[in-house]
Amino acid sequence: MQQQIDAYAPITGKDVIEQLRQLAEPLRGMKVVHVNSTRMGGGVAEILHKMIPLMNDLGLETHWEVIEGNSDFYQCTKSFHNAMQGNQVVLSDALLRNYEETNAQNAERLRPALEDADIVIIHDPQPAPLLQHFPDRKGTWIWRCHIDASQPYRPVWKYLRPFLSDYDASIWSLSDFAQPLPHPQYLVPPSIDPLSDKNIDLPAEEIAAVRERFDIDPARPLITQISRFDRFKDPVGVIQAYQLATRFIPGLQLVLAGGGASDDPEGEAVLNEVYAAAGEDPDVKILLLPSDANRTINALQRASDIVLQKSTREGFGLTVTEAMWKGRPVIGGNTGGIRLQVINHHTGFLVSTPEGAALRTRYLLKQRDLLESMGQKAQSFVRDNFLLTRHLGEYLTLMVVLAKGNRDRVEL
Amino acid sequence: MFHQYTIPMSTGNTGHPFSFKDCTLTAIATGKRAQNLRELRDRLTSVDEGCIYYHFWGGRLRPQFDEPEFNNDFAGWCKHSLRDDVVAERLSVIDPTNCDSLENLRSDVIDVIEERLAERELIPWARSDQQFSFIRSQIVVFNTPREIHAAEELATIIPQISTSSIFYHFIDARRRTDDGRDDFSNWLEGLDGDHGELIAHLAEVDPYFAALSDLRSQLADVFASHFSATAERGA
Repeated sequence: MQQQIDAYAPITGKDVIEQLRQLAEPLRGMKVVHVNSTRMGGGVAEILHKMIPLMNDLGLETHWEVIEGNSDFYQCTKSFHNAMQGNQVVLSDALLRNYEETNAQNAERLRPALEDADIVIIHDPQPAPLLQHFPDRKGTWIWRCHIDASQPYRPVWKYLRPFLSDYDASIWSLSDFAQPLPHPQYLVPPSIDPLSDKNIDLPAEEIAAVRERFDIDPARPLITQISRFDRFKDPVGVIQAYQLATRFIPGLQLVLAGGGASDDPEGEAVLNEVYAAAGEDPDVKILLLPSDANRTINALQRASDIVLQKSTREGFGLTVTEAMWKGRPVIGGNTGGIRLQVINHHTGFLVSTPEGAALRTRYLLKQRDLLESMGQKAQSFVRDNFLLTRHLGEYLTLMVVLAKGNRDRVEL
Repeated sequence: MFHQYTIPMSTGNTGHPFSFKDCTLTAIATGKRAQNLRELRDRLTSVDEGCIYYHFWGGRLRPQFDEPEFNNDFAGWCKHSLRDDVVAERLSVIDPTNCDSLENLRSDVIDVIEERLAERELIPWARSDQQFSFIRSQIVVFNTPREIHAAEELATIIPQISTSSIFYHFIDARRRTDDGRDDFSNWLEGLDGDHGELIAHLAEVDPYFAALSDLRSQLADVFASHFSATAERGA
């Protein structure tokens, strides 16, 4: 019978799928439960929607549970998220008590699912305290951190750390993000799903329609940055780079596309700065897209000659991965996970200033053959390293290691 | 390009079959970091030898580009984060295949760094977000359905196996076998017939300065050329 996982074989090669099946063999029949705080929206839910059916395909009995909380709970956990990324936050005792009580209530509700599970994977800080309510747990509990925690706000990290210390292992996206904890800290970079709306191949007509909708001239070069209007993403720097490059490439067009920022006062301020920097230039398109505009984003990336991600601080930078998967070279800020993906002169260029971004834009647009070959290398690099199948393989590998006694060498 | 090759009659191998295995690595953060050249030296003296292995060899199975500028992580970090080309170049020529143990390899790396520390008046520093993070790995080895019974079959099967299988049999083998050789050579030696010439050819393949996919091509070429020549001599 054809399984969902077989749909990936034409992209990754049959060998990769065969490897996953071999690796999953010793885990067959094990009960695995993922726990996070939302079923819709956000990168974690996006990954779980895909990952769980694939794990089931491979013979692991995999479930997904979601914790429930009131608005104070989510206010508190949103602050945790910001604090883990280095922002200073103030949390009242009442909010923290509510956080702990909410986890205690969820522990009772989820007890039948979690008590006997062989492997429990808890995603991010929201459900982290669940562990302490399962002193008789049977399985291995792993905490998965999806956040850039390289410089956490110390008081909040100090509060969260005791909830995390007793886990059997944790998983981090990059070594720079890992904070000291008394258990093995696995490194598993995130991934993109090549079959999702955001990444799947699109018909040329759909790309042309998106160009037309946003008044983008297909005869002239286009550079694009897809990201939130956030200072760390340096959208004003991107406009400066565009303005410098247009002196040499007068027909150049720029798209800055990202989600709205109505609930984020700073986001609104940044957006105003972006509008001011763009002025009346009709070739700069500033697009506020809804969060489900995945095919539109896909089309914009495919319509671009070069994609920029000129961040001054970045977690992993999945928008870089997405662009590279579409065969576009990326000019990215020399920071965070961008450095893992953008290999200078091979898959794109790392830059530190608008001037650097302008220079590399000009350089690539004047050398079309090079631009094409870099784009191909970028796509191949993502195929080998940053697709969902690799992510799944790494989860299976660490599950096998933990199930077999956490030795340095496991022979199946 | 692989040679066109047809499997000749078996040379009468009667040994045990060669079962191909595959492997995956997990990477584990050790929490140990270095921000300057002296800290790199200091941490190197005490980190688990698994870290030395990972930063020279293990990275082959982790996200990396097929044509890396440097073949070990220490050299790459010295070049890109410390911006010390001299020590980067000196570290880059350390060939782990010339060291009979990871401890000797560790010692060679430390010697290069100490030499550089003695030369410089100012110690080079990295930005705080570009520290060197020491990583170690765990390996999971699993069976594949592929099995061969005759040496000649190597020529056709090698292009078909995964790069991680190449890693296991040609690189990892050197760490786990008593004589520090690859699995193919050890298997060939146990077969009937004289495979000394082929084993000598395999010994000439440098596993360090090639990406795994290139290594696979080189091995396929070695096997194909050897058996092609043997068949011609036989005819």
